[in-house]
Amino acid sequence: MNSCTERLKNGIITENPTFVMMLGMCPTLAVTSSAVNGLGMGLTTTVVLILSNAFISLLRKVIPDKVRIPGFIVIVASFVTMIQLLLKAYLPFLDSALGVYIPLIVVNCIILGRAEAYASKNSVLPSIFDGLGMGLGFTFGLTCIGICREIFGAGAIFGVEFIPDDFHITFFVLAPGAFLVLAFLTAIQNKLQMPSATNVEKDDSMSCGGDCASCTGASCVANKGIIEAERAAAKAAKAQAAKEAAAKAKAAKEAKAAAEKKED
Amino acid sequence: MGNLLNISSSPHVRDNSSTKSIMWDVFFALMPATIFGIWNFGVKAAILVVTCIATAVLTEYIWQKAMKLPLTVSDGSAALTGLFLALNLSSTFPVWMAILGSIFAIIIVKQLFGGLGQNFMNPALGARCFLMVSFAGQMTSFTYDGVTGATPLALIKSGDDSTKLLDMFLGTIGGTIGETSTLAILLGAGYLLFRKVITWRIPVCYIATFAIFALVFGGHGFDMMYLAKELCGGGLMLGAFFMATDYVTSPITPKGQLVFGVLLGILTGVFRIFGASAEGVSYAIIICNLLVPLIESATIPVPFGKEGIKDGK
Repeated sequence: MNSCTERLKNGIITENPTFVMMLGMCPTLAVTSSAVNGLGMGLTTTVVLILSNAFISLLRKVIPDKVRIPGFIVIVASFVTMIQLLLKAYLPFLDSALGVYIPLIVVNCIILGRAEAYASKNSVLPSIFDGLGMGLGFTFGLTCIGICREIFGAGAIFGVEFIPDDFHITFFVLAPGAFLVLAFLTAIQNKLQMPSATNVEKDDSMSCGGDCASCTGASCVANKGIIEAERAAAKAAKAQAAKEAAAKAKAAKEAKAAAEKKED
Repeated sequence: MGNLLNISSSPHVRDNSSTKSIMWDVFFALMPATIFGIWNFGVKAAILVVTCIATAVLTEYIWQKAMKLPLTVSDGSAALTGLFLALNLSSTFPVWMAILGSIFAIIIVKQLFGGLGQNFMNPALGARCFLMVSFAGQMTSFTYDGVTGATPLALIKSGDDSTKLLDMFLGTIGGTIGETSTLAILLGAGYLLFRKVITWRIPVCYIATFAIFALVFGGHGFDMMYLAKELCGGGLMLGAFFMATDYVTSPITPKGQLVFGVLLGILTGVFRIFGASAEGVSYAIIICNLLVPLIESATIPVPFGKEGIKDGK
């Protein structure tokens, strides 16, 4: 059960899809015009994530490796269709508010990303908790942005208006407001040196960015040791070079001083 | 020892213009339009102008102090941004919204991108569009002589051309504080051209392209009266001479300036004639501001003696 709580924490904090990994930006920017919309979108995605993670994990030995992506998509699309029909039946206001972004959950990179990176390699229970953690992290991110935009744009939180109509800044409810709020939240994150996709020192030579600390695959654990040794060696070499350069500069300075003395 | 030669590296020919002197030239050139606006719209306009300038300067000062940046308030660029923003507002615009707009112009459009010289679009127009999107009602409510009504430009769009051309030229009409008087703007523009602060390229290309566009697509045939009213109405003159020629957000290459002017003319024409609202100068200018890096990279002049080599290599 320990790995399950670890998965939850990983999804909500360590690898928060919105603020740390910056995945699924399309719904993040498009549907967060109010806190309720953000929460609705986040929870819908969470349900899809849990179900798709569970089924992909169950079928991970059945799905042939070569056609795994189409396989994942079929599973995800089935669940999204089910969720969409349920929303239409029981929460029509949310369905009309989210509109085309519900079917677009199929192509949300968080879902395919978790399927590929976790569910297709791990057993069912941790996969379910991975989906739950990621989904809640996404919900948290979307709700944060939604709350900020709703306060400034509509003077309300979750529909409870507390700023009079004259002081609403419509800008924040529209598309540019989404970019601005996300940029400000990310800027605060960077300022406080919290982990995020925009302030990690990346190693461009590797497609994964070389951030092995966040990797979970078994082969990566082995790689991690190698890469870290390499990095330490590179760092030592750099320090050595700097030392030598400093020594050289010092020698040159001394030589110059001696020469000047001679001239005197 | 009187014959000491001064040896220095290039450039050898300099003039005395500085950021400060240019900003004050533009400030001075805007005075006719500002004073006319205040005379035309009364105390409310004066309050808006003063508030916008004061907020812009104060915001820049506080931001640079808080961020421990070198203080550049005295170069006058923040004051100019405030003045531009005020000239782009309706005289009945609420003061607190104008303050919000000035803060937006200075912090979000200018300082967050690195301050003067780094801003990607004209700060005053960026703020105007921010206010336009946020408070469309207050931004488009124009009161003149105690009567709230549509601007002459909106009247022309709806087919009513009862406004006299002379009124539009002199500026005794409704509109934003600084845009109504074509005469006052031309006076200021003449001063800037005389002082060589701006060149003819952007304004002339802009206005000429717009005029051709309006004649071809305006649906009024070859009607000079319609054309003259389209040119004198709205923010076209203010935009063409003062906003589009902003150094930071316009191309520095001569060819690029021509391209920039033509693009502005076409976009303004499209917005005014085919768009939903009667005015489109500010949106045209900020969109073209975004295209400036592209225009510049495509119009880098070939150095002297390099004509024979292809691709500029």
